Amino acid sequence: MTENNILSDRDSQWRRELRESVTPRERTSIPRVAMPELDADYRVTCSREVNRGLSREMAVLEATRCLDCPDPQCVTGCPVSIDIPGFIKNIERGHIHDAAAVLRLTSALPAVCGRVCPQERQCESKCIYHKMKKKPVAIGYLERFAADNERYNPAETPAVASTPKKGVKVAVVGSGPAGLSFAGDMIRRGYDVTVFEALHEIGGVLKYGIPEFRLPNEVVDVEIDALRREGVEFVRDCVIGKTLGYEQLMADGYAGLFVASGAGLPRFMGIPGENFVGVMSANEYLTRINLMGAGKTGHDTPVLTGKRVAVIGGGNTAMDSVRTARRHGADRAMIVYRRSEAEMPARVEEIQHARQEGVEFLTLTNPVEYLADDKGRVRAMKVQRMRLGAPDESGRRSPEPIPGAIDEIEVDVVIVSVGVSPNPLIPNAIPALEVSRRGTITVNDDTMQSSIPAIYAGGDIVRGGATVILAMGDGRKAAAAMARALEE
Amino acid sequence: MYRILEKEYFSEKVVKFIVEAPLIAASRRPGHFVIVRTGEGGERIPLTIADADTARGTIMLVVQDVGVSTHKICALEPGESFTDLVGPLGKATDIRRYGTVVCCGGGVGVAPLLPIVKAMKQAGNRVVSILAARNSSLIILEKEVAEYSDEVIIMTDDGSAGTKGLVTAGVESVIAREKVDLVVAIGPAVMMKFVAKTTAEHDVPTMVSLNTIMVDGTGMCGACRVTVDGRTRFVCIDGPEFDAHKVDFDEMIMRLKSYN
Repeated sequence: MTENNILSDRDSQWRRELRESVTPRERTSIPRVAMPELDADYRVTCSREVNRGLSREMAVLEATRCLDCPDPQCVTGCPVSIDIPGFIKNIERGHIHDAAAVLRLTSALPAVCGRVCPQERQCESKCIYHKMKKKPVAIGYLERFAADNERYNPAETPAVASTPKKGVKVAVVGSGPAGLSFAGDMIRRGYDVTVFEALHEIGGVLKYGIPEFRLPNEVVDVEIDALRREGVEFVRDCVIGKTLGYEQLMADGYAGLFVASGAGLPRFMGIPGENFVGVMSANEYLTRINLMGAGKTGHDTPVLTGKRVAVIGGGNTAMDSVRTARRHGADRAMIVYRRSEAEMPARVEEIQHARQEGVEFLTLTNPVEYLADDKGRVRAMKVQRMRLGAPDESGRRSPEPIPGAIDEIEVDVVIVSVGVSPNPLIPNAIPALEVSRRGTITVNDDTMQSSIPAIYAGGDIVRGGATVILAMGDGRKAAAAMARALEE
Repeated sequence: MYRILEKEYFSEKVVKFIVEAPLIAASRRPGHFVIVRTGEGGERIPLTIADADTARGTIMLVVQDVGVSTHKICALEPGESFTDLVGPLGKATDIRRYGTVVCCGGGVGVAPLLPIVKAMKQAGNRVVSILAARNSSLIILEKEVAEYSDEVIIMTDDGSAGTKGLVTAGVESVIAREKVDLVVAIGPAVMMKFVAKTTAEHDVPTMVSLNTIMVDGTGMCGACRVTVDGRTRFVCIDGPEFDAHKVDFDEMIMRLKSYN
């Protein structure tokens, strides 16, 4: 039996003893841990991370709540099937590094996923505690705790055994979650990995998109530095398909290419006035602030700010934008969403945090036109009030306009966060590559292989807008399949 | 990387750089642009590539000092480097044999025009180039343009060089005397707007290269959006070149002033 199996085998002696050491009644009588948070009044004044993380005592107690089910449903709720009881039970017995090791078996970025995964819809939604009408085990908090511990106490972390080099080069397009997880898996398999990033920073959406108060850059940089130490080469400022073509990569001896270029293009609604000054995409707003440092001293990139900011949309990016606006001086920061709060795709935690921070929710409200001053700067938006009609194909009750219910709301800045489309750069540069009608790269679901055998793809360029964990899962799947194909 | 090999002042505020960028020099085509960044807190600034030397692995950029970031760029000296330089971005110019092509460059817009002049000539077109500026000291790259043009017309606002008058007068004069198959105009937005207006009256197909505000330059942010033929397009990936007669210049001019 390998060391990893001992760490995660439910029937190993330590695990059996641990299960018997506390009765189920005692375990279920422990209340779910509350995540320590920065005070809302304080946190809107800075970009510090809101969730502070569990203490060791809190984590061990929370881990004790887990009943170590014989048929753990939480694992089925995880898109990459992390051995959840395996890592939690290692926390309970105080082997925090072993918990991190179990996480590493399936997740390349546990400190990231512990922070940004929608656990309430995935693992935690399947927890046995729901059947007891109790709150689920805080799997996400525990994942973050184990991963953070590894970062704060790196000396104790066992060194990664180096794999013999194969002398085979593979290339990655994009350094977001899919690209990073692919790179990690391939370097550990002995391949020479080069990651090409179009921007001047490594990390993709983890850097330009998700704000510091939800995912500190330091967390991402630690992962990137670790990959660098393992030998992954990062090339910034290089657009594959522009700076270097696919043929050239092949001529340079790359045996395979993994495309993880993300969902680039922001969508707009196509309503009058959308191109007025002060109306911008969430991508633009967040990139200016997160990637370019707008508003910080020593950074030249400007961003338009205002006292009244409306964010159109109900997803995580909308919440990130509206909470950012609060931190950049908006007194009235509004979410404008055409359905009701129950239909919002954003994480529950993000919605709660936004509300604590004083964000206003204008639900069942849809902008229909923007109005500007004589210089073309947006000054107001006309909104149509909506009501919920019959459920649509997706089961969500579709909103319909209430005739005549149109209001005008004064705004200084509007941030449009109604989704993104796949970036057409790679498909345009490689015409033989098969793409869907939506512009996503078509792949085999099991292998992530595209219509061109040497090219694999994953993340949002395939899914058209998904989550960090799914992108990461794609990277791992593609790495396994590409390695298999190259070894044949 | 991205080291500056040569620097030349065209005028007090207009600087030419020859920059080491071998991959870009090899893959760029006329019409392409790059994004540069100066310093760790630097802004991402789009600049159209004015020329390239594949053998030497260099590109030529011409920068006008108009704000914080372009001022930082213009202060760079040979031996120093751009912090970042990425490209070539955008779609390349549609170079074909049109017949007679009139290439109009306004001010520093002559720089991005140069590779198009060159390529149009090499594709077998008769090329008439019109270089326009406020005064003679602001006329740049005249010799280089002349090398690939059948004729060069200089227009200055004050008459200090060539003919006194606006670029549109030059365009009018060529259209009046011969059949023009395509006009290419690159320069300040107002100049392109009026060239487009002039050529629309004569029904001459016209192409402009737009220099809007950008952040990433790869389609991600939408800061560069313009309305073309009633549709919102992104200059960075759908352009930078568009049919001049379909561009909403007033909206573009308004958006260019976003941060003024």
